Amino acid sequence: MRYLPLTDTDRQAMLATIGAASIDDLFVDVPAEARLSGQIEGLPDHASELAVERHMSKLARQNLSAGEAPFFLGAGAYKHHVPASVDHLIQRGEFLTAYTPYQPEIAQGTLQVLFEFQTQVARLLGCDVANASMYDGSTACWEAIGMARRITKRGKAILSSGLHPHYVSVARTMAKFTGDVLAHEAPTLTAQTDIDALIAAIDKDTSCVVVQYPDILGRIADLTPLADAAHAAGALLVAVVTEPVALGALVPPGEMGADIVVGEGQSIGVGLQFGGPYLGLFACKQKYVRQMPGRLCGETVDAAGKRGFVLTLSTREQHIRREKATSNICTNSGLCALAFSIHMTLLGERGLRDMASLNHGLAVQAADRLAQVPGVTLLNDSFFNEFTLVLTKDARDVVRSLADKGVLGGVSLGRLFPDAPAIGKGLVVAVTETVTAEDIEALAMALEEEVA
Amino acid sequence: MTMLKEGRPTTPVAVADAHMAPATVTGNRALMLDEALIFEIGSTETTGVDFAPAPNVTSRLGGLERKAIGLPGLSEQETVRHYTRLSRQNYAIDLGLFPLGSCTMKHNPRLNEKVARMPGFADLHPLAPQSTVQGALAVIHELAAWLVTLTGMHSVAMSPKAGAHGELCGLLAIRAALQARGDARSVVLVPESAHGTNPATAAFCGYQVEDIPATPEGRVDLAALTARLGPDVAAVMITNPNTCGLFERDLKTISDAVHAVGAFVYCDGANFNAIVGRVRPGDLGVDAMHINLHKTFSTPHGGGGPGSGPVVLSEALAPYAPLPFVEKQGDQFVLIEEESAQDHHGGTFGRMVAFHGQMGMFTRALAYIMSHGADGLRQVAEDAVLNANYILRSLDDVLDAPFGTSGPCMHEALFSDKGLAEGFTTLDIAKGLIDEGFHPMTMYFPLVVHGAMLIEPTETESKAALDQFIMALRSLAERAKAGDEALKGAPYHAPRRRLDETLAARKPVLTWEAPVMAQAAE
Repeated sequence: MRYLPLTDTDRQAMLATIGAASIDDLFVDVPAEARLSGQIEGLPDHASELAVERHMSKLARQNLSAGEAPFFLGAGAYKHHVPASVDHLIQRGEFLTAYTPYQPEIAQGTLQVLFEFQTQVARLLGCDVANASMYDGSTACWEAIGMARRITKRGKAILSSGLHPHYVSVARTMAKFTGDVLAHEAPTLTAQTDIDALIAAIDKDTSCVVVQYPDILGRIADLTPLADAAHAAGALLVAVVTEPVALGALVPPGEMGADIVVGEGQSIGVGLQFGGPYLGLFACKQKYVRQMPGRLCGETVDAAGKRGFVLTLSTREQHIRREKATSNICTNSGLCALAFSIHMTLLGERGLRDMASLNHGLAVQAADRLAQVPGVTLLNDSFFNEFTLVLTKDARDVVRSLADKGVLGGVSLGRLFPDAPAIGKGLVVAVTETVTAEDIEALAMALEEEVA
Repeated sequence: MTMLKEGRPTTPVAVADAHMAPATVTGNRALMLDEALIFEIGSTETTGVDFAPAPNVTSRLGGLERKAIGLPGLSEQETVRHYTRLSRQNYAIDLGLFPLGSCTMKHNPRLNEKVARMPGFADLHPLAPQSTVQGALAVIHELAAWLVTLTGMHSVAMSPKAGAHGELCGLLAIRAALQARGDARSVVLVPESAHGTNPATAAFCGYQVEDIPATPEGRVDLAALTARLGPDVAAVMITNPNTCGLFERDLKTISDAVHAVGAFVYCDGANFNAIVGRVRPGDLGVDAMHINLHKTFSTPHGGGGPGSGPVVLSEALAPYAPLPFVEKQGDQFVLIEEESAQDHHGGTFGRMVAFHGQMGMFTRALAYIMSHGADGLRQVAEDAVLNANYILRSLDDVLDAPFGTSGPCMHEALFSDKGLAEGFTTLDIAKGLIDEGFHPMTMYFPLVVHGAMLIEPTETESKAALDQFIMALRSLAERAKAGDEALKGAPYHAPRRRLDETLAARKPVLTWEAPVMAQAAE
């Protein structure tokens, strides 16, 4: 077995050192009825590297990957070009095969990356501080709701209708057990966001308002009035960003008064990966830092006076505080944070702005072209790289038919909101720098055949 | 010492620094290069990425254009160099033994990385039409079948993102099952040797946590546990093999007693590596157990994630499994999500995460499992246990093994700081190991042992590597017992000396800020 270095000679010598007659002697504490005498039945034996690779290649070929078709899917996961050096660097064994940096003297690589990552994320989201990452955007979102509950001592969260429905589902699941009350309705097909309705819904029991920016339909609104209204009522504003590239062009939520800003960082460096592993971003105002979940890296000095970095404020965490921890999270998304940070370093402010401009420019061109298709209406007044088209029929069927034509044309609102048939004719279309003029034309022609 | 006939040694030998080397003006030491922060070396004008020019269109950003961000960039060469330099300040499995107890730092096969990067998996959108992702759904289905068979359980929830997230999944399923029968129970029992995630998870789900003590031999106190069982207990969270490195002999008895009062058994599967292929948790009465794909099944730890924590479930809990899951209908794989869930599965407690879980880890884990096969996985458990016992018995004459007479250890060996000279600690031994070229063991956990040192070698360490580690640890134990003051200064050879963690917590600096230049005196 190619991953196992012990030889039978080694095993015999080691058993002799231990004073055991056979390996079975080391499993004597397993009760007899649970001791398997041979290997588990119904499972194949070991396989060569070639055989495994062949099997996995076969399965991989049964998928239509994003690069093989005109591709317009977004809704919380975006296809962006990731420079080759990112994947090269994250595969360095010193990063890939290291562990959580509990021994800082020999983990300065990971720790400095986390410190740089935290600063990049805080600046991108417009906040004072950020943590070292969460599992993904949806789990970061419900952690933010829990954090708002701890800070305000209130238990009602108002969720915007423009929040990603999976994020709503995750929050609903958790609320069943934490006792939070959630107010939420499905969106309607209008160009206006629900900011006014959210402001009207804030009351004395409200812990936080959770709003997505840009929202699930791609709409953008100034969050300042909402932040002011929340603060006036003693509540927090939690903003969710599922497309961080947008913040290369748009004012970040932190600068509009959001207290906690969370997001999905997958767009930068991580790739699509069929939904995971992704990267949860989590940032907040300085005054709330001790209520934050997850790991934090901080600067310090070593015994010789040199600057160095350590994990810090860990009394918030489960391994110290056990049942009184701010979260049960232990593993985060370290390698995805590294990929994000490398990609962001390559981009820099100039590159991020160029990337955002290109995304927005192509999206405007695509929106205008697709709106010319008979039976297709553009919903949005404002958007970044994602917008909603209203079709003449259920968009779920259209998406399936487009796939049969070899076009991955967007995400249907019917799939996202199965309980809201009123918006079933909506199709969410994302346009990134990976989309070409030919792709846009292919989608326009295919849509024309479907909805005309 | 073995010598060549020319008189040169053939193996590494102990060396002392002949003299204090003079300082360098850069702070660098040959191949060990210090690296500034990107905020100190980059600029907002520099970029390492070129884009096509943006189309000239009228912006539709709703009048919310952003001003300065403050993100420095580097050229590609500077970027590669920055991260390469930083990487060399990290210890890693690729460098040497990484014996962190309960973390299972085994070799990460590179085939896994190759497979995960196949475009058909890596460049796939989670909401792509199901007709276009049949191969991806097949991976989830195949891996699920392996996990269910290896554990002898009924079904598996694949979406949890990590071990602690899996614990949450298991407890939510338990809570949903109890609610379904109108049974409000408020207490979860957790042994005092449990991972901190266990009580944190139970508290998060709204349960009161009560500790169950350990016996002097390092196992759950069966009498104390059964005495506490009653109609208010929802679940017992137990780790098996436990964090003392021992197999819980009484687990089946415990499970029967727990089931008799209508409660459930949650098993923390962090240490499944010790028994995979040899013992099925399902045969021990477990109702839910998370499996850390980043431990037992070799997906990389990545400097702290991402992990993946699928949860195997008993028949009693299976109906409450979270969305989404994959079913085979005829020759098609179907992803059951919100849209179809109402028609199929009324019992689900809902969704734990956006999309479908850690696909990038599923492909890696499946490649690893297929590489080993049922025969190889059994060998994995045997070699992991053999390596741990070899360490235990090679060191128990110089270090105190508090449970050395409690039977064989499983995947990890536990020592205490008993017998070290006055003022010498587990931390000193750990930092000494750094100088000897090893990552330290887990320190001060489990809490039931004073100054715990928890060592998990895993099956992928050779006898030669273990022998060198044993030699180093023996020497450190002897130095700590003899009161060698120099040990308190370790590490001497790492990129940094001991770091001031108190300062970091007292005055937290969590983001970089430009230094304020002191005004020159007029």
